[in-house]
Amino acid sequence: MEDQGGDLDLMTREQEADKERLGRSSGILIILYRIVASLAVPVIAFTIMWVTFTWLRDSDASRALQVLVAIFVGVGGVFALFWGMDFAVNQLPASLREHVRPFVFVGPALVILSVFLVYPLINTFIISFKDKAQEAWVGLENYGFVFTDEAMLRSIRNTVLWIVIVPLFSVGIGLAFATLADRLRRGEAFAKSLIFLPMAISFVGASIVWRFIYSFRPEGFGEQIGLLNGILIQLGGDPRAWLSWEPWNNLFLMVIMIWLQTGFAMVILSAAIKAVPDDLLEAARIDGATELQIFWKIIIPSIMSSVVVVSTTMVISVLKIFDIVWVMTGGETGTEVIAERMVRWFFRNDHDGRGAAIAVVLFIAIIPIMYLNVRRFRAEEAIR
Amino acid sequence: MTAPTLDRSSTETHRQSLIARLFDRWPVKLGLLIIVILWIIPTLGLLISSFRVPNLVSTSGWWTVFGKLFDTAQWTLENYRNVLSSEGFGNAFLNSLAVTIPATVIPIAIAAFAAYAFSWMDFRGRQWMFVAVVGLLVVPLQMALIPILRLYSSGGFIGDFQFFPDLNLNGTYMAVWLAHTGFGLPLAVYLLRNYIGGLPSSTIESAHIDGASHFTIFWRLVVPLSVPALASFAIFQFLWVWNDFLVALVFLGGTPDVRVLTQALAELNGTRGEAWHLLTAGAFITMVLPLTVFFGLQRYFVRGLTAGSVKG
Repeated sequence: MEDQGGDLDLMTREQEADKERLGRSSGILIILYRIVASLAVPVIAFTIMWVTFTWLRDSDASRALQVLVAIFVGVGGVFALFWGMDFAVNQLPASLREHVRPFVFVGPALVILSVFLVYPLINTFIISFKDKAQEAWVGLENYGFVFTDEAMLRSIRNTVLWIVIVPLFSVGIGLAFATLADRLRRGEAFAKSLIFLPMAISFVGASIVWRFIYSFRPEGFGEQIGLLNGILIQLGGDPRAWLSWEPWNNLFLMVIMIWLQTGFAMVILSAAIKAVPDDLLEAARIDGATELQIFWKIIIPSIMSSVVVVSTTMVISVLKIFDIVWVMTGGETGTEVIAERMVRWFFRNDHDGRGAAIAVVLFIAIIPIMYLNVRRFRAEEAIR
Repeated sequence: MTAPTLDRSSTETHRQSLIARLFDRWPVKLGLLIIVILWIIPTLGLLISSFRVPNLVSTSGWWTVFGKLFDTAQWTLENYRNVLSSEGFGNAFLNSLAVTIPATVIPIAIAAFAAYAFSWMDFRGRQWMFVAVVGLLVVPLQMALIPILRLYSSGGFIGDFQFFPDLNLNGTYMAVWLAHTGFGLPLAVYLLRNYIGGLPSSTIESAHIDGASHFTIFWRLVVPLSVPALASFAIFQFLWVWNDFLVALVFLGGTPDVRVLTQALAELNGTRGEAWHLLTAGAFITMVLPLTVFFGLQRYFVRGLTAGSVKG
């Protein structure tokens, strides 16, 4: 431990000395090299792909060949370019090398993210202050709409319910299942696969699957083919139109998401539970701890960071939920959610300004969760 | 004096735990069974329906088959034959492969390098860059579609400066790969950094002391050690791209020669929404490959995605 600290001290001191020696002019040189290092891989890879593709398009090659070439260029090419860049950095003066090298590694990701996520983000932020067709500036009017429109307010309420209920149940059931399955002598992998199975289904597929559960036919339109109504009739009740039954229809939609996402939580938490040292559990058992105590006092604290990761990813994917609502109810009958509103205003109602303002609100909603993650990241660095 | 007491108490706990285990198992199994049944019912309904004769699917509940399992007149393979040939699912299957494989591999390669740099290289701004990358996790995909569509069709400008060339990429596989790479990167970097950052620092530092370069450490040490995390993320990215509908629709277009499976299914859903027999068979075809991939790679889940962050 002390050795390590000493090493680190030495390194930073050396670097500081380095920096002083380098002075200002080479500081600019470093920045320049960093930019080149970051851009080289994506630009070269992009050019190669584009040239290959133009050639393929013109040569009328078969689809199988296109895929093969693509895999070759995509996989082999990217690794070769990284290697080439590293080699190029080695040719730089020794004092510059280690300042530039990190950007060979991290640069391509930053460049791609800038083009595909940061640029749209800034673009959206600007549009959110413009009008319907992005022609005139309207100040905060779109934001005023977001917080006064009735359907918008309902969508905010519903989204809050979604981000509380779905992760709670997904993580809860996933954790319970992982813990229980851990005690099986045989068939653990099989049982886990069955829970994970819905992860393999697309939202389009899932909407077809769940139509067989929630389907409702008014009287005179034939026998009920939805399972829930089938059960209700068996019990002597009257069939219901589940998806237009306010406010519970929100809950029925959440069930679909829980069904899809629990497998994700379960798989990751199960891996975390398996990493809890066996002798720790054994020692607790010998000391007379009950299984429940072991679960709450040993397992839960040891897997806490995994629970945080899973919950974070889950909250984020729920915030972005759109497909389920869009396909099942179209946001009618009080089931609006924020992301669904955004797509509706952008693509259906063609009001870019409002769509963009909703997107910005969605983005801001995540900041508290990111703050928690930053704290965890720092804490993890500290104990390493 | 203490020895016999210890002895007795330990045999007691032993006996107790044996009995406890016998009684313990039943609630465990019952609990698991209930969850499993709840989870497979929806898919089971789909699977059964896809093998039923068309007019039965739309006139009676799928659960009624349990009353007359061996009545062969109600079963058929015709739905699958129809969907694969006349509805063009065979071609769509190939297109899905062409989109999915590169769109899985490219982001993993780029994210792995970045994750290594965020974990083990020393440079200023490392933390806030990582935080910014993770922050991008929340950019709703739908928001990025229009700007990127414009980027592809007429290039990108900041003021008068053109930072993205005018290439007319729409409708090519490459357009979809790049989009999926961009959208998949934040999660890939986040999860892989969690794992790679959790590798024992003593191993990496001793490699440094032995004079290994960052590239060698990454390639020879970190990648082999991270296979479980790489494979786990590969599965997620594969499932995500394979099941994606929106990105493919926007960047690839919906013509029959390029459309992917989810588009074929959605179209079937739109044009023949009451053709339940075709919908179910089509939906099941879209699930076959993801399920195969999952079962083939699932052993990597034993070490899992976040094994690196478990120590917390």
